[in-house]
Amino acid sequence: MSTFWLLVRAGFRRHSTYRLALLAGMATNSVFGVIRASILLAALASAGTDIAGYDAPTAVAFVWWGQALLGTVNLWGFQEVNDRVRTGDIAVDFLRPVDPQLAYLAGDLGRAGINLLARGLPALAIGALLFHFAWPPGALSWASGLVSVLLAVVVAFAGSFVVNLLAFWLVEVRGIRMLYMIVGGLLSGLYLPVPWFPGWLQTIAQWSPFPSMLQNPLDILAGRVVGVDVISAVGVQVFWAVALLGLGQFVLSAGRRRLEVQGG
Amino acid sequence: MGDRLEPYRVLLASRMRAQMQYRASFVTDILGTVGVGLAEFAEVWVIFHNVNVLGGLDFTAALLVFALSNIAFSLADLFVGHLDRLPTYIRAGQVDSFYVRPLPLLAQLMTSDLSLRRVGRLSVALVALTVALTTADIAWSAAVVALLVVTIVSGTAIFSALFTAAGGLQFFLVDGAEFTNSFTYGGSYAAQQSQQVFPDPLRIFWTFVIPTAFVAYLPAVTILEIPGDRLAPWWLAWCTPLAAGLAWTIAGLCWRAGTRHYQGAGG
Repeated sequence: MSTFWLLVRAGFRRHSTYRLALLAGMATNSVFGVIRASILLAALASAGTDIAGYDAPTAVAFVWWGQALLGTVNLWGFQEVNDRVRTGDIAVDFLRPVDPQLAYLAGDLGRAGINLLARGLPALAIGALLFHFAWPPGALSWASGLVSVLLAVVVAFAGSFVVNLLAFWLVEVRGIRMLYMIVGGLLSGLYLPVPWFPGWLQTIAQWSPFPSMLQNPLDILAGRVVGVDVISAVGVQVFWAVALLGLGQFVLSAGRRRLEVQGG
Repeated sequence: MGDRLEPYRVLLASRMRAQMQYRASFVTDILGTVGVGLAEFAEVWVIFHNVNVLGGLDFTAALLVFALSNIAFSLADLFVGHLDRLPTYIRAGQVDSFYVRPLPLLAQLMTSDLSLRRVGRLSVALVALTVALTTADIAWSAAVVALLVVTIVSGTAIFSALFTAAGGLQFFLVDGAEFTNSFTYGGSYAAQQSQQVFPDPLRIFWTFVIPTAFVAYLPAVTILEIPGDRLAPWWLAWCTPLAAGLAWTIAGLCWRAGTRHYQGAGG
Protein backbone atom coordinates (compact mmCIF):
# COMPACT_ATOMS: atom_id res chain seq x y z
CA MET A 1 0.00 0.00 0.00
CA SER A 2 2.85 2.39 0.76
CA THR A 3 4.19 1.78 -2.76
CA PHE A 4 0.78 2.84 -4.10
CA TRP A 5 0.96 6.08 -2.10
CA LEU A 6 4.48 6.78 -3.32
CA LEU A 7 3.28 6.38 -6.91
CA VAL A 8 0.31 8.69 -6.28
CA ARG A 9 2.66 11.34 -4.94
CA ALA A 10 5.03 10.85 -7.86
CA GLY A 11 2.15 11.39 -10.30
CA PHE A 12 1.16 14.54 -8.39
CA ARG A 13 4.70 15.93 -8.54
CA ARG A 14 5.23 14.95 -12.16
CA HIS A 15 2.20 16.89 -13.33
CA SER A 16 2.80 19.87 -11.04
CA THR A 17 6.03 20.62 -12.91
CA TYR A 18 4.19 22.21 -15.83
CA ARG A 19 2.70 25.19 -14.01
CA LEU A 20 2.11 27.30 -17.09
CA ALA A 21 0.25 24.39 -18.71
CA LEU A 22 -2.03 24.13 -15.66
CA LEU A 23 -2.75 27.87 -15.82
CA ALA A 24 -3.39 27.67 -19.57
CA GLY A 25 -5.77 24.75 -19.08
CA MET A 26 -7.64 26.68 -16.42
CA ALA A 27 -8.00 29.73 -18.70
CA THR A 28 -9.40 27.61 -21.55
CA ASN A 29 -11.78 25.74 -19.21
CA SER A 30 -13.05 29.12 -17.98
CA VAL A 31 -13.72 30.46 -21.49
CA PHE A 32 -15.70 27.32 -22.35
CA GLY A 33 -17.47 27.60 -18.98
CA VAL A 34 -18.66 31.13 -19.78
CA ILE A 35 -19.93 30.10 -23.24
CA ARG A 36 -21.61 26.90 -22.03
CA ALA A 37 -23.26 28.60 -19.04
CA SER A 38 -24.60 31.34 -21.36
CA ILE A 39 -26.16 28.71 -23.63
CA LEU A 40 -27.80 26.77 -20.80
CA LEU A 41 -29.12 29.98 -19.22
CA ALA A 42 -30.55 31.10 -22.58
CA ALA A 43 -32.23 27.71 -23.00
CA LEU A 44 -33.75 27.92 -19.51
CA ALA A 45 -34.94 31.49 -20.18
CA SER A 46 -36.53 30.34 -23.43
CA ALA A 47 -38.26 27.38 -21.73
CA GLY A 48 -39.49 29.66 -18.95
CA THR A 49 -39.31 26.84 -16.39
CA ASP A 50 -36.84 24.24 -15.12
CA ILE A 51 -35.68 21.67 -17.66
CA ALA A 52 -35.43 18.15 -16.23
CA GLY A 53 -34.80 19.42 -12.70
CA TYR A 54 -32.23 22.10 -13.58
CA ASP A 55 -33.04 25.69 -12.66
CA ALA A 56 -30.63 28.53 -13.46
CA PRO A 57 -28.28 28.21 -10.41
CA THR A 58 -28.18 24.40 -10.71
CA ALA A 59 -27.43 24.55 -14.43
CA VAL A 60 -24.64 27.10 -13.85
CA ALA A 61 -23.19 24.90 -11.09
CA PHE A 62 -23.43 21.90 -13.42
CA VAL A 63 -21.44 23.71 -16.14
CA TRP A 64 -18.73 25.08 -13.87
CA TRP A 65 -18.17 21.92 -11.85
CA GLY A 66 -17.95 20.19 -15.22
CA GLN A 67 -15.25 22.58 -16.44
CA ALA A 68 -13.47 22.32 -13.10
CA LEU A 69 -13.43 18.52 -13.22
CA LEU A 70 -12.51 18.29 -16.90
CA GLY A 71 -8.81 18.34 -16.07
CA THR A 72 -9.27 16.13 -13.02
CA VAL A 73 -11.22 13.32 -14.65
CA ASN A 74 -9.25 12.03 -17.61
CA LEU A 75 -12.28 12.07 -19.89
CA TRP A 76 -10.28 12.26 -23.13
CA GLY A 77 -8.16 9.33 -22.07
CA PHE A 78 -4.42 8.92 -22.36
CA GLN A 79 -2.14 7.11 -24.78
CA GLU A 80 0.93 6.35 -22.69
CA VAL A 81 0.06 2.66 -22.19
CA ASN A 82 -0.88 2.30 -25.86
CA ASP A 83 2.52 3.69 -26.87
CA ARG A 84 4.31 1.39 -24.43
CA VAL A 85 2.52 -1.66 -25.81
CA ARG A 86 3.48 -0.65 -29.33
CA THR A 87 7.13 -0.03 -28.55
CA GLY A 88 7.39 -3.10 -26.31
CA ASP A 89 8.21 -1.01 -23.22
CA ILE A 90 5.21 -2.61 -21.54
CA ALA A 91 7.47 -5.64 -20.97
CA VAL A 92 9.41 -3.51 -18.48
CA ASP A 93 6.15 -2.76 -16.64
CA PHE A 94 5.50 -6.51 -16.40
CA LEU A 95 8.93 -7.04 -14.81
CA ARG A 96 8.21 -4.60 -11.99
CA PRO A 97 6.97 -5.95 -8.66
CA VAL A 98 3.77 -3.85 -8.88
CA ASP A 99 0.69 -4.71 -10.93
CA PRO A 100 0.82 -2.42 -14.04
CA GLN A 101 -2.83 -1.43 -13.76
CA LEU A 102 -2.41 -0.39 -10.12
CA ALA A 103 0.78 1.51 -10.90
CA TYR A 104 -0.85 3.51 -13.71
CA LEU A 105 -3.97 4.07 -11.60
CA ALA A 106 -1.79 5.50 -8.82
CA GLY A 107 -0.07 7.86 -11.26
CA ASP A 108 -3.43 8.97 -12.62
CA LEU A 109 -4.81 9.67 -9.13
CA GLY A 110 -1.80 11.91 -8.49
CA ARG A 111 -2.39 13.69 -11.78
CA ALA A 112 -6.05 14.14 -10.84
CA GLY A 113 -5.09 15.60 -7.47
CA ILE A 114 -2.84 18.36 -8.79
CA ASN A 115 -5.33 19.16 -11.56
CA LEU A 116 -8.19 19.49 -9.07
CA LEU A 117 -6.20 21.84 -6.85
CA ALA A 118 -4.34 23.95 -9.40
CA ARG A 119 -6.72 23.90 -12.35
CA GLY A 120 -10.20 22.93 -11.15
CA LEU A 121 -10.65 25.04 -8.03
CA PRO A 122 -9.46 28.34 -9.64
CA ALA A 123 -11.80 27.73 -12.60
CA LEU A 124 -14.62 27.10 -10.13
CA ALA A 125 -13.79 30.35 -8.33
CA ILE A 126 -13.98 32.28 -11.63
CA GLY A 127 -17.37 30.70 -12.33
CA ALA A 128 -18.64 31.61 -8.87
CA LEU A 129 -17.48 35.23 -9.35
CA LEU A 130 -19.17 35.63 -12.73
CA PHE A 131 -22.41 33.70 -12.22
CA HIS A 132 -25.04 33.03 -9.56
CA PHE A 133 -24.13 29.56 -8.47
CA ALA A 134 -25.80 26.76 -6.47
CA TRP A 135 -23.27 25.38 -3.98
CA PRO A 136 -23.68 21.81 -2.72
CA PRO A 137 -26.71 21.95 -0.39
CA GLY A 138 -25.04 20.44 2.68
CA ALA A 139 -22.08 18.70 4.23
CA LEU A 140 -23.44 15.36 3.04
CA SER A 141 -23.49 16.59 -0.59
CA TRP A 142 -19.91 17.86 -0.28
CA ALA A 143 -18.70 14.58 1.17
CA SER A 144 -20.57 12.30 -1.24
CA GLY A 145 -19.63 14.65 -4.10
CA LEU A 146 -15.93 14.22 -3.34
CA VAL A 147 -16.29 10.43 -3.13
CA SER A 148 -18.14 10.57 -6.44
CA VAL A 149 -15.33 12.64 -8.03
CA LEU A 150 -12.77 10.08 -6.85
CA LEU A 151 -14.84 7.26 -8.35
CA ALA A 152 -15.23 9.23 -11.59
CA VAL A 153 -11.44 9.50 -11.87
CA VAL A 154 -11.14 5.72 -11.35
CA VAL A 155 -13.89 4.85 -13.88
CA ALA A 156 -12.43 7.20 -16.55
CA PHE A 157 -8.96 5.74 -15.96
CA ALA A 158 -10.18 2.14 -16.09
CA GLY A 159 -12.12 2.72 -19.32
CA SER A 160 -9.23 4.41 -21.10
CA PHE A 161 -6.83 1.72 -19.82
CA VAL A 162 -8.87 -0.99 -21.56
CA VAL A 163 -8.94 1.04 -24.79
CA ASN A 164 -5.15 1.49 -24.58
CA LEU A 165 -4.61 -2.24 -24.11
CA LEU A 166 -6.36 -3.00 -27.39
CA ALA A 167 -2.98 -2.13 -28.89
CA PHE A 168 -1.98 -5.73 -28.06
CA TRP A 169 -4.21 -6.86 -30.92
CA LEU A 170 -4.51 -3.81 -33.19
CA VAL A 171 -1.68 -1.92 -34.83
CA GLU A 172 -3.41 1.45 -34.74
CA VAL A 173 -5.77 2.30 -31.86
CA ARG A 174 -6.20 5.95 -32.85
CA GLY A 175 -9.57 5.43 -34.56
CA ILE A 176 -11.00 3.59 -31.55
CA ARG A 177 -9.61 6.19 -29.16
CA MET A 178 -11.24 8.92 -31.23
CA LEU A 179 -14.59 7.09 -31.22
CA TYR A 180 -14.28 6.64 -27.45
CA MET A 181 -13.60 10.37 -27.04
CA ILE A 182 -16.54 11.45 -29.19
CA VAL A 183 -19.08 9.08 -27.65
CA GLY A 184 -17.67 9.69 -24.17
CA GLY A 185 -17.79 13.48 -24.50
CA LEU A 186 -21.43 13.40 -25.49
CA LEU A 187 -22.74 10.66 -23.14
CA SER A 188 -20.78 11.81 -20.06
CA GLY A 189 -22.81 15.01 -19.89
CA LEU A 190 -19.90 17.32 -20.68
CA TYR A 191 -21.75 19.30 -23.37
CA LEU A 192 -25.28 19.10 -21.98
CA PRO A 193 -26.83 17.33 -18.99
CA VAL A 194 -27.84 13.74 -19.81
CA PRO A 195 -31.43 14.28 -18.49
CA TRP A 196 -31.91 16.82 -21.33
CA PHE A 197 -31.40 14.10 -23.96
CA PRO A 198 -34.35 12.56 -25.81
CA GLY A 199 -35.51 9.29 -24.19
CA TRP A 200 -33.68 6.80 -26.40
CA LEU A 201 -30.35 8.61 -26.14
CA GLN A 202 -30.76 8.84 -22.36
CA THR A 203 -31.30 5.07 -22.24
CA ILE A 204 -28.10 4.47 -24.22
CA ALA A 205 -26.21 6.84 -21.91
CA GLN A 206 -27.53 5.17 -18.77
CA TRP A 207 -26.39 1.73 -19.94
CA SER A 208 -22.88 3.07 -20.65
CA PRO A 209 -20.13 3.85 -18.13
CA PHE A 210 -19.79 7.46 -19.35
CA PRO A 211 -22.26 9.24 -17.00
CA SER A 212 -20.25 7.72 -14.11
CA MET A 213 -17.26 9.73 -15.34
CA LEU A 214 -18.89 13.18 -15.05
CA GLN A 215 -22.69 13.42 -14.93
CA ASN A 216 -23.06 11.66 -11.54
CA PRO A 217 -20.56 13.76 -9.55
CA LEU A 218 -21.86 16.94 -11.23
CA ASP A 219 -25.44 16.15 -10.25
CA ILE A 220 -24.44 15.54 -6.63
CA LEU A 221 -22.28 18.69 -6.42
CA ALA A 222 -24.87 20.87 -8.18
CA GLY A 223 -27.51 19.61 -5.74
CA ARG A 224 -29.84 18.11 -8.32
CA VAL A 225 -29.41 14.64 -6.88
CA VAL A 226 -29.92 14.55 -3.09
CA GLY A 227 -30.96 12.16 -0.35
CA VAL A 228 -31.40 8.49 -1.18
CA ASP A 229 -30.71 9.11 -4.90
CA VAL A 230 -27.10 9.91 -4.01
CA ILE A 231 -26.63 6.29 -2.91
CA SER A 232 -27.78 4.92 -6.27
CA ALA A 233 -25.68 7.50 -8.22
CA VAL A 234 -22.56 6.50 -6.27
CA GLY A 235 -23.54 2.82 -6.41
CA VAL A 236 -23.62 2.87 -10.21
CA GLN A 237 -20.14 4.41 -10.18
CA VAL A 238 -18.83 1.70 -7.85
CA PHE A 239 -20.27 -0.92 -10.19
CA TRP A 240 -18.54 0.58 -13.24
CA ALA A 241 -15.25 1.09 -11.38
CA VAL A 242 -15.17 -2.58 -10.34
CA ALA A 243 -16.39 -3.84 -13.72
CA LEU A 244 -13.92 -1.81 -15.79
CA LEU A 245 -10.96 -2.47 -13.50
CA GLY A 246 -11.83 -6.19 -13.68
CA LEU A 247 -12.08 -6.04 -17.46
CA GLY A 248 -8.71 -4.26 -17.51
CA GLN A 249 -7.12 -7.07 -15.48
CA PHE A 250 -8.61 -9.67 -17.83
CA VAL A 251 -7.44 -7.88 -20.98
CA LEU A 252 -4.03 -7.28 -19.43
CA SER A 253 -3.44 -10.96 -18.69
CA ALA A 254 -4.76 -11.98 -22.13
CA GLY A 255 -2.44 -9.46 -23.77
CA ARG A 256 0.46 -10.59 -21.62
CA ARG A 257 0.18 -14.11 -23.01
CA ARG A 258 0.12 -12.72 -26.51
CA LEU A 259 2.93 -10.23 -26.12
CA GLU A 260 6.08 -10.95 -27.99
CA VAL A 261 8.95 -8.49 -27.73
CA GLN A 262 11.85 -8.77 -30.11
CA GLY A 263 15.43 -8.21 -29.18
CA GLY A 264 17.37 -8.29 -25.94
CA MET B 1 5.01 33.15 -60.48
CA GLY B 2 4.30 29.54 -61.49
CA ASP B 3 7.90 28.63 -60.78
CA ARG B 4 7.76 30.16 -57.35
CA LEU B 5 4.67 28.17 -56.42
CA GLU B 6 6.04 24.90 -57.79
CA PRO B 7 7.78 23.80 -54.53
CA TYR B 8 4.51 24.25 -52.57
CA ARG B 9 2.59 22.22 -55.14
CA VAL B 10 5.11 19.38 -54.87
CA LEU B 11 5.06 19.56 -51.05
CA LEU B 12 1.28 19.46 -50.85
CA ALA B 13 0.96 16.68 -53.39
CA SER B 14 3.43 14.54 -51.44
CA ARG B 15 1.57 15.21 -48.16
CA MET B 16 -1.71 14.18 -49.75
CA ARG B 17 -0.28 11.03 -51.31
CA ALA B 18 1.27 10.07 -47.99
CA GLN B 19 -2.10 10.21 -46.22
CA MET B 20 -3.73 7.93 -48.78
CA GLN B 21 -1.09 5.20 -48.35
CA TYR B 22 -2.69 3.59 -45.32
CA ARG B 23 -6.19 3.22 -46.69
CA ALA B 24 -7.85 1.72 -43.59
CA SER B 25 -6.33 4.27 -41.26
CA PHE B 26 -7.35 7.10 -43.60
CA VAL B 27 -10.96 5.85 -43.69
CA THR B 28 -11.15 5.54 -39.87
CA ASP B 29 -9.74 9.07 -39.55
CA ILE B 30 -12.42 10.43 -41.89
CA LEU B 31 -15.12 8.55 -39.98
CA GLY B 32 -13.66 10.05 -36.81
CA THR B 33 -14.00 13.63 -38.01
CA VAL B 34 -17.52 12.88 -39.29
CA GLY B 35 -18.21 11.73 -35.71
CA VAL B 36 -16.82 14.99 -34.31
CA GLY B 37 -19.12 16.94 -36.65
CA LEU B 38 -22.12 14.82 -35.65
CA ALA B 39 -21.36 15.25 -31.93
CA GLU B 40 -21.22 19.03 -32.41
CA PHE B 41 -24.55 18.86 -34.19
CA ALA B 42 -26.04 16.65 -31.46
CA GLU B 43 -25.46 19.48 -29.00
CA VAL B 44 -27.63 21.87 -31.05
CA TRP B 45 -30.21 19.19 -31.66
CA VAL B 46 -30.53 18.18 -27.96
CA ILE B 47 -31.12 21.81 -26.96
CA PHE B 48 -33.89 22.19 -29.51
CA HIS B 49 -35.39 18.96 -28.22
CA ASN B 50 -36.10 20.96 -25.04
CA VAL B 51 -36.90 24.44 -26.38
CA ASN B 52 -38.30 25.87 -29.63
CA VAL B 53 -36.30 29.08 -29.70
CA LEU B 54 -32.76 29.73 -28.46
CA GLY B 55 -31.35 33.23 -28.42
CA GLY B 56 -33.99 34.46 -30.89
CA LEU B 57 -33.32 31.69 -33.43
CA ASP B 58 -35.54 28.75 -34.31
CA PHE B 59 -34.05 25.37 -35.22
CA THR B 60 -33.58 26.16 -38.95
CA ALA B 61 -31.85 29.44 -38.20
CA ALA B 62 -29.65 27.78 -35.57
CA LEU B 63 -28.81 25.10 -38.12
CA LEU B 64 -27.68 27.79 -40.59
CA VAL B 65 -25.44 29.38 -37.93
CA PHE B 66 -24.06 25.94 -37.04
CA ALA B 67 -23.39 25.12 -40.71
CA LEU B 68 -21.69 28.41 -41.63
CA SER B 69 -19.39 28.40 -38.61
CA ASN B 70 -18.49 24.73 -39.05
CA ILE B 71 -17.72 25.14 -42.75
CA ALA B 72 -15.44 28.08 -42.04
CA PHE B 73 -13.77 26.35 -39.12
CA SER B 74 -13.15 23.04 -40.87
CA LEU B 75 -11.75 24.79 -43.97
CA ALA B 76 -9.40 26.84 -41.80
CA ASP B 77 -8.51 23.70 -39.84
CA LEU B 78 -7.77 21.92 -43.11
CA PHE B 79 -5.43 24.66 -44.35
CA VAL B 80 -3.67 25.90 -41.21
CA GLY B 81 -4.96 23.79 -38.28
CA HIS B 82 -1.63 21.99 -38.05
CA LEU B 83 0.01 25.23 -36.83
CA ASP B 84 -1.30 23.82 -33.55
CA ARG B 85 1.64 21.45 -33.60
CA LEU B 86 4.14 24.31 -33.51
CA PRO B 87 4.94 23.88 -29.77
CA THR B 88 6.02 20.28 -30.49
CA TYR B 89 8.21 21.47 -33.38
CA ILE B 90 9.72 24.20 -31.21
CA ARG B 91 10.48 21.80 -28.34
CA ALA B 92 11.98 19.21 -30.68
CA GLY B 93 14.10 21.84 -32.45
CA GLN B 94 12.46 21.09 -35.80
CA VAL B 95 11.65 24.75 -36.47
CA ASP B 96 15.36 25.30 -37.11
CA SER B 97 15.28 22.84 -39.97
CA PHE B 98 12.45 24.85 -41.56
CA TYR B 99 14.58 27.98 -41.25
CA VAL B 100 17.48 26.62 -43.29
CA ARG B 101 15.24 25.97 -46.31
CA PRO B 102 14.86 28.77 -48.87
CA LEU B 103 11.13 29.33 -48.37
CA PRO B 104 9.26 31.58 -45.89
CA LEU B 105 8.60 29.87 -42.54
CA LEU B 106 4.83 30.44 -42.42
CA ALA B 107 4.33 29.26 -46.01
CA GLN B 108 6.35 26.13 -45.27
CA LEU B 109 4.44 25.36 -42.09
CA MET B 110 1.10 25.85 -43.85
CA THR B 111 2.08 23.51 -46.66
CA SER B 112 3.82 21.07 -44.30
CA ASP B 113 0.54 19.26 -43.96
CA LEU B 114 -2.99 19.28 -45.35
CA SER B 115 -5.04 17.01 -43.15
CA LEU B 116 -7.49 15.56 -45.63
CA ARG B 117 -9.26 13.69 -42.81
CA ARG B 118 -10.77 17.01 -41.79
CA VAL B 119 -13.12 16.86 -44.78
CA GLY B 120 -15.26 14.58 -42.57
CA ARG B 121 -16.38 17.44 -40.38
CA LEU B 122 -16.70 19.68 -43.44
CA SER B 123 -19.11 17.27 -45.09
CA VAL B 124 -21.38 17.21 -42.01
CA ALA B 125 -21.43 21.02 -42.13
CA LEU B 126 -22.21 21.05 -45.86
CA VAL B 127 -25.18 18.71 -45.34
CA ALA B 128 -26.40 20.98 -42.52
CA LEU B 129 -26.05 24.02 -44.81
CA THR B 130 -28.06 22.35 -47.58
CA VAL B 131 -30.84 21.37 -45.19
CA ALA B 132 -30.91 24.83 -43.60
CA LEU B 133 -30.98 26.70 -46.92
CA THR B 134 -33.73 24.52 -48.39
CA THR B 135 -36.02 24.50 -45.35
CA ALA B 136 -35.60 28.13 -44.29
CA ASP B 137 -37.83 30.83 -45.70
CA ILE B 138 -35.27 32.83 -47.68
CA ALA B 139 -35.99 35.63 -50.15
CA TRP B 140 -33.37 34.50 -52.68
CA SER B 141 -31.55 37.22 -54.56
CA ALA B 142 -28.09 37.90 -55.96
CA ALA B 143 -27.27 39.71 -52.73
CA VAL B 144 -28.06 36.63 -50.61
CA VAL B 145 -25.86 34.39 -52.76
CA ALA B 146 -23.06 36.97 -52.69
CA LEU B 147 -23.33 37.27 -48.93
CA LEU B 148 -23.10 33.47 -48.54
CA VAL B 149 -19.93 33.32 -50.64
CA VAL B 150 -18.38 36.34 -48.91
CA THR B 151 -19.23 34.82 -45.52
CA ILE B 152 -17.65 31.44 -46.21
CA VAL B 153 -14.46 32.98 -47.65
CA SER B 154 -14.12 35.61 -44.92
CA GLY B 155 -15.11 33.20 -42.16
CA THR B 156 -12.38 30.80 -43.25
CA ALA B 157 -9.96 33.74 -43.29
CA ILE B 158 -11.00 34.76 -39.76
CA PHE B 159 -10.41 31.30 -38.28
CA SER B 160 -7.14 30.96 -40.23
CA ALA B 161 -6.06 34.30 -38.76
CA LEU B 162 -6.87 33.03 -35.26
CA PHE B 163 -4.79 29.89 -35.83
CA THR B 164 -1.90 31.99 -37.19
CA ALA B 165 -2.07 34.45 -34.29
CA ALA B 166 -2.04 31.45 -31.95
CA GLY B 167 1.01 30.10 -33.80
CA GLY B 168 2.86 33.39 -33.31
CA LEU B 169 2.08 33.36 -29.60
CA GLN B 170 3.38 29.77 -29.26
CA PHE B 171 6.94 31.08 -29.59
CA PHE B 172 6.40 32.87 -26.26
CA LEU B 173 4.19 30.31 -24.52
CA VAL B 174 5.62 26.85 -25.40
CA ASP B 175 4.42 24.99 -22.26
CA GLY B 176 1.33 27.16 -22.02
CA ALA B 177 0.23 26.33 -25.56
CA GLU B 178 -3.28 25.57 -24.38
CA PHE B 179 -3.86 29.29 -23.67
CA THR B 180 -4.50 29.88 -27.34
CA ASN B 181 -7.16 27.14 -27.43
CA SER B 182 -9.37 29.58 -25.56
CA PHE B 183 -9.70 31.79 -28.63
CA THR B 184 -9.22 29.25 -31.45
CA TYR B 185 -11.45 26.39 -30.27
CA GLY B 186 -13.31 28.65 -27.83
CA GLY B 187 -13.90 31.13 -30.68
CA SER B 188 -15.23 28.35 -32.86
CA TYR B 189 -17.58 27.23 -30.09
CA ALA B 190 -18.82 30.81 -29.60
CA ALA B 191 -19.28 31.29 -33.36
CA GLN B 192 -21.75 28.37 -33.48
CA GLN B 193 -24.15 30.07 -31.08
CA SER B 194 -26.81 32.67 -31.48
CA GLN B 195 -24.93 35.69 -30.15
CA GLN B 196 -28.06 36.71 -28.26
CA VAL B 197 -27.30 34.05 -25.65
CA PHE B 198 -24.34 36.14 -24.48
CA PRO B 199 -24.52 39.16 -22.18
CA ASP B 200 -23.66 42.45 -23.96
CA PRO B 201 -19.99 42.79 -22.88
CA LEU B 202 -19.33 39.28 -24.13
CA ARG B 203 -21.12 39.99 -27.43
CA ILE B 204 -18.93 43.04 -27.97
CA PHE B 205 -15.90 40.85 -27.22
CA TRP B 206 -16.94 38.19 -29.79
CA THR B 207 -17.62 40.93 -32.37
CA PHE B 208 -14.83 43.46 -32.01
CA VAL B 209 -12.01 41.67 -30.18
CA ILE B 210 -12.22 38.09 -31.43
CA PRO B 211 -14.52 38.64 -34.43
CA THR B 212 -16.23 35.24 -34.50
CA ALA B 213 -19.76 36.71 -34.55
CA PHE B 214 -19.05 37.67 -38.18
CA VAL B 215 -18.43 34.06 -39.16
CA ALA B 216 -22.02 32.85 -38.92
CA TYR B 217 -24.48 34.69 -36.69
CA LEU B 218 -24.43 38.16 -38.28
CA PRO B 219 -24.70 36.87 -41.89
CA ALA B 220 -27.46 34.45 -40.86
CA VAL B 221 -29.48 37.30 -39.32
CA THR B 222 -29.21 39.24 -42.57
CA ILE B 223 -29.94 36.27 -44.86
CA LEU B 224 -33.00 35.19 -42.85
CA GLU B 225 -34.05 38.82 -42.21
CA ILE B 226 -34.45 38.21 -38.47
CA PRO B 227 -35.46 41.49 -36.82
CA GLY B 228 -35.10 42.70 -33.27
CA ASP B 229 -31.43 42.43 -32.43
CA ARG B 230 -30.08 45.94 -31.82
CA LEU B 231 -26.46 44.72 -31.75
CA ALA B 232 -26.83 43.04 -35.15
CA PRO B 233 -27.99 45.60 -37.75
CA TRP B 234 -28.37 44.05 -41.24
CA TRP B 235 -25.43 45.96 -42.77
CA LEU B 236 -22.96 44.61 -40.21
CA ALA B 237 -22.93 41.25 -42.03
CA TRP B 238 -21.38 42.98 -45.04
CA CYS B 239 -18.44 44.07 -42.85
CA THR B 240 -17.27 40.46 -42.57
CA PRO B 241 -14.37 40.94 -45.08
CA LEU B 242 -13.33 43.98 -43.05
CA ALA B 243 -13.27 41.86 -39.89
CA ALA B 244 -11.21 39.23 -41.73
CA GLY B 245 -8.75 41.90 -42.88
CA LEU B 246 -8.31 43.25 -39.36
CA ALA B 247 -7.93 39.74 -37.96
CA TRP B 248 -5.18 39.01 -40.48
CA THR B 249 -3.39 42.29 -39.66
CA ILE B 250 -3.26 41.28 -36.00
CA ALA B 251 -2.33 37.70 -36.90
CA GLY B 252 0.54 39.01 -39.04
CA LEU B 253 1.82 41.16 -36.18
CA CYS B 254 1.62 38.19 -33.76
CA TRP B 255 3.48 35.95 -36.18
CA ARG B 256 6.17 38.57 -36.76
CA ALA B 257 6.63 39.15 -33.04
CA GLY B 258 6.86 35.41 -32.47
CA THR B 259 9.41 34.67 -35.17
CA ARG B 260 11.52 37.68 -34.13
CA HIS B 261 11.45 36.45 -30.54
CA TYR B 262 12.57 32.96 -31.52
CA GLN B 263 16.28 32.42 -30.83
CA GLY B 264 16.73 28.90 -32.18
CA ALA B 265 16.93 25.61 -30.36
CA GLY B 266 20.71 25.77 -30.07
CA GLY B 267 21.13 22.54 -32.01
